Amino acid sequence: MSTAPTQEMYIQPPPPLPRHASLATLEARAISAWFGERKVLDRVSLTMKPGQVTALIGPSGCGKSTFLRILNRMHELVPSAQLAGEVRLDGVDIYDTGRRLTEARRQIGMVFQKPNPFPTMSIYDNVVAGLKLTGTKVRRSEKDALVEECLIKAGLWREVSDRLRSPGGALSGGQQQRLCIARSLAVRPRVLLMDEPCSALDPTSTRVIEQTIAELAHEVTIVIVTHNMQQANRVSQQCAFFLAEHGTPGAIVESGDTQQMFEAPRDPRTSDYVNGRFG
Amino acid sequence: MSAPDLHVEDVPRPLAGVGSLADRVFRGVSRGVGVFVLVVFGAIGLFLAYQALPTLSRYGTSFFTESDWSPELDKVGMSAVLVGTFVVGLIAMFVAFPLSLAAALYITEFAPNGIRKTLVAMVDLMAAVPSIIYGLWGFWLLQPQLVPIAHWLHQHFGFIPIFEAATDPDAPAYAQSVYTGSAFVAGLVVAMMVIPITCAVMRDVFAQAPVGEREAALALGATRWGMIRTVVLPFGRGGIVGGTMLGLGRALGETVAVLLIISVAFDVKIRILENGTITVSSLIANRFGEATAAQLSALLTAGFVLFVITVIVNTIAAIIVSRSRSGAATEI
Repeated sequence: MSTAPTQEMYIQPPPPLPRHASLATLEARAISAWFGERKVLDRVSLTMKPGQVTALIGPSGCGKSTFLRILNRMHELVPSAQLAGEVRLDGVDIYDTGRRLTEARRQIGMVFQKPNPFPTMSIYDNVVAGLKLTGTKVRRSEKDALVEECLIKAGLWREVSDRLRSPGGALSGGQQQRLCIARSLAVRPRVLLMDEPCSALDPTSTRVIEQTIAELAHEVTIVIVTHNMQQANRVSQQCAFFLAEHGTPGAIVESGDTQQMFEAPRDPRTSDYVNGRFG
Repeated sequence: MSAPDLHVEDVPRPLAGVGSLADRVFRGVSRGVGVFVLVVFGAIGLFLAYQALPTLSRYGTSFFTESDWSPELDKVGMSAVLVGTFVVGLIAMFVAFPLSLAAALYITEFAPNGIRKTLVAMVDLMAAVPSIIYGLWGFWLLQPQLVPIAHWLHQHFGFIPIFEAATDPDAPAYAQSVYTGSAFVAGLVVAMMVIPITCAVMRDVFAQAPVGEREAALALGATRWGMIRTVVLPFGRGGIVGGTMLGLGRALGETVAVLLIISVAFDVKIRILENGTITVSSLIANRFGEATAAQLSALLTAGFVLFVITVIVNTIAAIIVSRSRSGAATEI
């Protein structure tokens, strides 16, 4: 480019994608899932409210990660996987055959259990990787602004602003995970799914990511799977307790307001679980 | 923090124990076998170098500049042979590279589970077909099909030196025999022979591309091809380059099939479509039976040169593969 980016361009970049898309509601209706012959979820319905953090809790193997991966069509990457039901993003079924798979995944971003930045790409390129992958053309100055904005939102900007060109793989585990959050945010998803995002991290990094989640909740609907009761209690407003009893497929035992579920659960199994009596 | 105890000796202590008998036997045997392989390899090189000495000292540098191979006229040189070897090898890789890459990507990324194993087995089976069969196939089946293609290339791209040939391409009845026995035909047949190894190395590294990164790309909304471009190909770069070099190493040494197809001609030339070429290995196979002692030494010298070239090519390939991200766990 011939002209240097001015201060003005940083302050008001013309948005490549809606800058603050209205908050979205994600609604799962009667979701069942199978791996081969084995049924792992049985008609699970859950509404994830806009601008809130919904935590999915439950013991291992209860199908909560499967449920999460169904919400952005990652489930079908497993060759033997099948599913039934609907996932509605603001009323539109993302599994509708007329809708593009890639569009569903772009609108519903995902942060994985194990930090998975593109290790040889620079921090900068990691953040904008999604733009390239979705074929979104963005001017250089807008890109710079977007990278800064996403890294700030992910709580990583201060630590990496002076080395945006160094490879993403050289960061610590917690930083990598925040880089992955920034990368997800850069394509402006309407929903952000997080699959045990802190389980591979130390307590300090975990706290930073929890703060990030709290700040992000105002602009993107968040669904988080966690094994950590305290974490679910700290970060979420809504909660759903999954359970797969005695070899039956997973189902939601109880869902609703997090505070109520932790203080006055309706179901005795929920009470046992949140009080650490099993799982 | 307490002060260190100054009365204690502060040196690293030995950790290796004696080890059980079974461990020691196993270690000894495997070390012996490993050393044996190196010794055999070194002995071959030394033998060839020793045999090459008389020829090299007799002809000096003209051994590499002379193109003719006529021991009876005391003219022996490798320039035509080396050029021919590399031309055939490069043609082979030019064809084998895209085919191997596409096959490896299809097998690891697109093929349904059911047919993936079959495809892998089929490609691997290509390596099991004897060289002479490829030669026969190339001579009797492929070559007649390639003549019109070579003619077409000559007609339309004849202005490029490599596609020239010593005939009028626009003559109503063109001289078909000009387009036979060429480096082009030999190269294509050799390509079929190197595809399995090149494809296997590429397949290996593509399959190792981390699931986490694949899912990361897909979760961002990438298409399958976008994911491959961002994750699989960069991850597999070392394997792509290394596998290709390994294929080239094999292509340079390919003998019987090439010998069967080419018309022997000792000219330094890059006209790939034109009748007549020669490679190091086919030269040796061609002349070995009737060689006198002095001629044998010259052939062994050619063998030594081929040995050195293939060792260099394969070493570079191994270094590239092992230095890449994917290479640490890949065997070639």
